[in-house]
Amino acid sequence: MHGEAIAGIVDRVIARYRRDSTCMVQILREVQEACDWIPPEAIDRIQAVLGVARAEIESVAGFYSFLYLQPRGRYRILFSDNITDRMQGSEALLEQLCRSLWVEPGKVSEDGLLSIDRTSCTGMCDQGPGMLVNNRAITRLTAVRIEQIAELVRNQRPLNEWPAEFFDVADHIRRADILLDQPMQPGDALRAARERVPSDGLIASNMRSWREGLPSGIGGPAAMLDEIKRANLRGRGGAGFMTGLKWEACRNAPLKAGQQRIIVCNADEGEPGTFKDRVLLGSYADQVFEGMTAAAYAIGAQRGFLYLRGEYRYLLDALNATLNARRKANLLGRDILGIPGADFDIDIHLGAGAYVCGEESALIESLEGKRGTPRNRPPFPVTNGYLDQPTIVNNVETFAAVALIALKGGDWYAAFGTRHSAGTKLLSVSGDCARPGIYEYPYGVTVRQVLEDCGASDTQAVQISGPSGICLSEAEFDRAIGFEDIPTAGAFTVFDRSRDMFEVARAYVHFFQHESCGFCTPCRVGTSLLKKLMDKLHDGHGSPYDLGEIEKLDKLLQSMSHCGLGHTAGNPVIDTIARFRPAYEKRMVHDQFVPAFDLDRALSTARQMTGRDDSQAHLDVEQGRSA
Amino acid sequence: MSQTFTIDGRVIPFEVGQTVMQAASQAGIYIPHLCYHPAFKPNGSCKLCTVKVNGRQSASCTLRAQSGMVVESDTEEINAERRMLTQMLFVEGNHFCPSCEKSGNCQLQATAYHLGMMSPHFDHFFPDRAVDASHPDILLDFNRCILCSLCVQASREVDKKQVFALSGRGIGTHLIINARSGRLADTDFSLADKAAQVCPVGVILKKRTGFAVPIGQRTYDQQPISVPGKVAEEIRHD
Repeated sequence: MHGEAIAGIVDRVIARYRRDSTCMVQILREVQEACDWIPPEAIDRIQAVLGVARAEIESVAGFYSFLYLQPRGRYRILFSDNITDRMQGSEALLEQLCRSLWVEPGKVSEDGLLSIDRTSCTGMCDQGPGMLVNNRAITRLTAVRIEQIAELVRNQRPLNEWPAEFFDVADHIRRADILLDQPMQPGDALRAARERVPSDGLIASNMRSWREGLPSGIGGPAAMLDEIKRANLRGRGGAGFMTGLKWEACRNAPLKAGQQRIIVCNADEGEPGTFKDRVLLGSYADQVFEGMTAAAYAIGAQRGFLYLRGEYRYLLDALNATLNARRKANLLGRDILGIPGADFDIDIHLGAGAYVCGEESALIESLEGKRGTPRNRPPFPVTNGYLDQPTIVNNVETFAAVALIALKGGDWYAAFGTRHSAGTKLLSVSGDCARPGIYEYPYGVTVRQVLEDCGASDTQAVQISGPSGICLSEAEFDRAIGFEDIPTAGAFTVFDRSRDMFEVARAYVHFFQHESCGFCTPCRVGTSLLKKLMDKLHDGHGSPYDLGEIEKLDKLLQSMSHCGLGHTAGNPVIDTIARFRPAYEKRMVHDQFVPAFDLDRALSTARQMTGRDDSQAHLDVEQGRSA
Repeated sequence: MSQTFTIDGRVIPFEVGQTVMQAASQAGIYIPHLCYHPAFKPNGSCKLCTVKVNGRQSASCTLRAQSGMVVESDTEEINAERRMLTQMLFVEGNHFCPSCEKSGNCQLQATAYHLGMMSPHFDHFFPDRAVDASHPDILLDFNRCILCSLCVQASREVDKKQVFALSGRGIGTHLIINARSGRLADTDFSLADKAAQVCPVGVILKKRTGFAVPIGQRTYDQQPISVPGKVAEEIRHD
């Protein structure tokens, strides 16, 4: 591509983002969509136009898996590499495509046409194996489909000419309860919320809260906040913080001159095995946006963001269309529903392949156009969030529930679920079961019930809430989903008795190693060491010594890491050692320590170069080890 | 009127707003650290300065001191974990102390001695990191980088140049140079820059002065790093 053409693209993108360097991630992403990578000429131009140092631009671009500072080909194929994709045969399909297109995984083809690689779970576990081609999701891969894809790439057919059914994404809603079954017209929930604000001083209170903030700095009308508190709503991202308390802290946070309050919807659904936010944003987007607007009403925010993971790029156009329809219907913009001063609008920012951005402070860094490194806390986002302004970050499902609470009231909502876990939870069920998909249950449902409903048989284990969650064995299937017992962000991955739980844990360890942001020493190096240890066991060099090392590393990750990623990175291993010890014991092939370094294997390059493979060209492996 | 907290039983006075690290340094108590430098906003990334408060561990460089806090620092448990972190920093890079010009003035080496690190313990990663000798006065040996980002901060905040930045992610995180060529020679970096003075290890080295002070007579050859005043800001390549 010509330097001038690149400069033209960059100028257009930067103009669309109003020359705002806090949109750097979005600018880089869009430049790449046009150029297929981020060429040095594009960085020259961004540097010149925005006045941001080149190193800083490269520093941001280098952080995200989906941004390329080296050419990656016109077709950038990424196989989803969750354990469920592997169980559905993704590795064989990847090999097939590589063979067919004559390219090695991770490398660019010699003609520069394409690259094939793996990526973390793309959120299509119920219809895998999945892949992304230039960030567009393809589901239900089969050997036949792979051959078709190879043919399309070879003939250099543009993506929009590929068969439409490749890109079909099904919702698979298998069980709907109050949230998914509630027909809601856009605006219903907001109107209901407004009805509850005492007519006394309504206009005055709203005007002050939405436009300027009260003189004391206190935000929006308390009635909406009261409903959320009455509903006992807790965050659906997994940690279960009381939503009402978070909102109140943000609402009460003092504003400095020129500041405003910010609403962020966390749609960086990166936990392997979860895909409920994909379904909510695909089919219930109005309800999610309505929940965000109700939150803005409650805390007095004027600006909102939906932070959408890059893997869900395919949803972007429809989501923007929904936002536009809401603007037209006066449900976003100025004086929403005719309430003077009720101003709120939502921008969508896309992630670019970084799981850690699901951590709220890392997400905010990314929203500000930076590397997604979690911040030092305190201060917390409720007082010092996006551009140092009071910010609430809530999960997609939380906002969908907020809309329902605004519509039906907090007392109504609190009657569902259990004492400490009000309402319902969406579970993303996948793995070894007959009917994978979305299941909505009131909190308190047992693991056994879910297994029965999804048609799982001969179940050995269930991984709940993904790799950072908990692994349960059969003895624990009567435990219940809820904050009293098993909190979850929603992933529910089923493994039957044919599965090797060691390999499951090893896949999850590889995931954490790949997704560690690299900021703090314990996580950056510790996840790599843990990966090496699991690979060592896999390769047949394991001894009890290695188990001790794993436990030591896990303890260090838990106590010293900067954020939740590091704290939980050892969970899959520790859980499976506790519950499926035989899977590890059969890998303790040596009584004494054995190094991971394999002398004989190290000579394989020399053997290849000399064309020898006779016995003299091999070390006596056993002797070598005892020596 | 200053308030107090305790570290390992010793009463430490502090001013409101100070971190545990600041108050401890002022009181002459050494808490091991590598990415912390008193002249810069704490980074909190190396985690070596982690202490325990109420059973919870936290980096003391970012932890605000509070009245009555009971801080544990110099305990066998915490030092064992710090030792492990130090070993991690050794194996993720390429550190060969005997041939390193920074030996004896290196905070990583001195910290390892302080913590009684006898071996790297873990398998070495042997990363492939090229040396940048392009600049007339300065050599960059990335093999020794521990990603403390002090040079990034110094160049941005003091020198107003932004010569350095961290790029990549996870174990692939690495220091980059602000030039299209990626070479230091193509930047406005100079020996007088603050960023040239802050490296706790041997990445940023002044050329033609190697081994001018013989090993054995260097800063940490004479006094351990735990002696107050022997941290980053006093070290110079002369």
